[in-house]
Amino acid sequence: MSDAETLATASQTSSPITDTGPSRRRGGRRREEFLKVLFVVPAALAIVALFGYPVVKNVVMSFQDYTLKTFFTGKAPFVGLTNYVAVVTNDVFSKAVINTALFTIGSIIGQFVIGMLLALFFHKSFPLNGVLRALFLLPWLIPLIVGSAAWRAILEQDSGILNVTLENLGVIDNPVPWLTSPRIALLAVILVNIWLGIPFNLTLLYSGLQDIPEELYEAGALDGATGWKAFWHITWPNLRAVVSVVLMLGVIYTLKVLDIILGLTQGGPANATQTIALQSYQRSFVEFKFGQGAALSNILIVISLAFAVVYLRANRRQVDE
Amino acid sequence: MIKKRLVAIAALATMAPLTLAACGGGGTSGGGGGGGSSAKVDSLTVLDYYTDDPGKTQIQDMLEKCGTSIGVAKINRQPVPGPTLIQKVLQQASSKTLPDVLMLDNPDIQQIAETGALAALDDYGIKADGYAEGPVSAATFEGKLYGLQPAANTIAIFYRKDVLAKAGVKPPKTWAELRTAAKKLTVGKQYGFAFNATADYEGAWQFLPPMWTNGGDETDLKSPQVAEALQLWKDLVDDGSASKSVVNWKQSDVNDQFIAGKAAMMLNGPWQIPSLQKAKVNFGVVSFPINKPDQTSVAPLGGEAWTVPVTGDDAKMKKAAELVKCMNSDENQMLRAKQGGLVPTKLALATQFKKEVPAMAGFVDAVEHARARTGKLGSKWPDTAKIIYTGMQLVLTGQAKPADAMAKAGG
Repeated sequence: MSDAETLATASQTSSPITDTGPSRRRGGRRREEFLKVLFVVPAALAIVALFGYPVVKNVVMSFQDYTLKTFFTGKAPFVGLTNYVAVVTNDVFSKAVINTALFTIGSIIGQFVIGMLLALFFHKSFPLNGVLRALFLLPWLIPLIVGSAAWRAILEQDSGILNVTLENLGVIDNPVPWLTSPRIALLAVILVNIWLGIPFNLTLLYSGLQDIPEELYEAGALDGATGWKAFWHITWPNLRAVVSVVLMLGVIYTLKVLDIILGLTQGGPANATQTIALQSYQRSFVEFKFGQGAALSNILIVISLAFAVVYLRANRRQVDE
Repeated sequence: MIKKRLVAIAALATMAPLTLAACGGGGTSGGGGGGGSSAKVDSLTVLDYYTDDPGKTQIQDMLEKCGTSIGVAKINRQPVPGPTLIQKVLQQASSKTLPDVLMLDNPDIQQIAETGALAALDDYGIKADGYAEGPVSAATFEGKLYGLQPAANTIAIFYRKDVLAKAGVKPPKTWAELRTAAKKLTVGKQYGFAFNATADYEGAWQFLPPMWTNGGDETDLKSPQVAEALQLWKDLVDDGSASKSVVNWKQSDVNDQFIAGKAAMMLNGPWQIPSLQKAKVNFGVVSFPINKPDQTSVAPLGGEAWTVPVTGDDAKMKKAAELVKCMNSDENQMLRAKQGGLVPTKLALATQFKKEVPAMAGFVDAVEHARARTGKLGSKWPDTAKIIYTGMQLVLTGQAKPADAMAKAGG
């Protein structure tokens, strides 16, 4: 939608140039209206083709018996809710839902708190600030599959560098089974995802902090609001819009995380790191049950949508205030 | 002027997605059209997954030589990475642009044949006489042969000759010997044995040697024979003779551990031999050990077959079948086996091959008895494989006992 809006405003601002004289004004206005529509059309078409079609197709697919055969015969009989029933009654589904919730909540809290602390830290000026901040963006620059392969080596139980280091430091006596114990694997995957999400949180929160006028702090300091009080009464209220965007995008990104889990554990050991996104991927592209895969991804879309609605409502309330 | 230009730009912008869509639509109608059956065939398209050298060039040479011998001037070959092959085939199937000749991994043949995308080779007078049983059963669907596999691989036990000699351990022939040998070879940072037990088809494939050798069957996963096989994997990990990380080790990781000297023995396939030779590892190979004296070692069949998709062009399909036949000639079977570290699938050739390449003896025996994953279950195999690897992971992570793991995994 935002594309369409910007294009529309673009056509508006360009109109004074095209209006050359009062005599042509009336005809010009109609043409102008037409032009406005023309400018919107490409964006609208793109939205329909790139967003509308896949979503509709995905919904239709989830009600079909869409398998390998469909690709050859073109036939995908409608089966009603069978796909949804099949995925929801699967033994692993409840586990995947819980894991998705834990993974999302854990990742978001970790990413946000660390990202916030780092943003506040870098907001102060000190030498090498820029260099250090740039270094924190590194996780973002590494391809996900490379990052997860590196972490798989780091978290290796016997010879991984993390366990070796912890053992040498005397923190642990026995190697921690990061990715091989069903009780710890999910935590390890969350930790890696936090590492990955810090740059995103840091960057957005940092830019939000820079938008807060310095005068507010100066005025606050006169009234005795420094340190924690300054954060609570000046920084936090002014940062709320940014915070809600960061959190909403974070939740939606995290819900559909796939590559990290695929690279680290493939959902194992013993389904300990199965999530809805991973289940959807496996149904579609490993087992070729495309109908069931589509059903699972629709469930994910509905969950994401719910968060988007919550965000929009919260935002509206803020505007009203 | 400016206005005109703006209108033109807007119009162009509106058209762009349409033209793109038109191109997409046009491309799909390419190769599907059926030519006359008597037309001369001067080119064939081939799809396979040998994207890396030396395999890439070796297959190319063999295809071109076969093309020349059957009178087809040009072979248009397109190799894609292994994991994306099926997705590529699906795309081509829905756009009616399937290649004339298609290479498929053997467990995929029946699933694709079931969709009606493949032509039965029997219709072209091709039979699989004198072949080992495994590759034939993998390529047979509802009594018809859909693919011909020139060479096969499987998995067997690799061991470090020097390490075993130093410890006075002989390569194991029974499960009991495997356990004691692995225990004895576990010293310091070196584990006695390494295998792959990941939550995917690779993990299921590596569990088949103990399961099948012990008489377990994929149609009855709750049998005591299967439970005993699970117990063997569990014992090896519980003894400390194999790392707990096996649940997260792919076959390539297992090979890395072996090369690094962190495992004295491993379960792996002949495709690892080039890297072992490069690292100058002094290794030997034996078939997977047996549990009880009257058993024979059974391992899963690996390797890929050539098939003829139904493209609707009769003349080309006929030539494609000839190409498949040529790729499976005696001469090419031997050549492919030697090039690719594989074993010829014709039994007579395998015997000869064993004499010529003694280093592969351990695999030649294994391939002769190798069983196809899809031999009994056909296209139902993937569902069963999922239960197998889940059950295996439940046992190895201590969440289920071997006796009821498969039931808990949905078996």
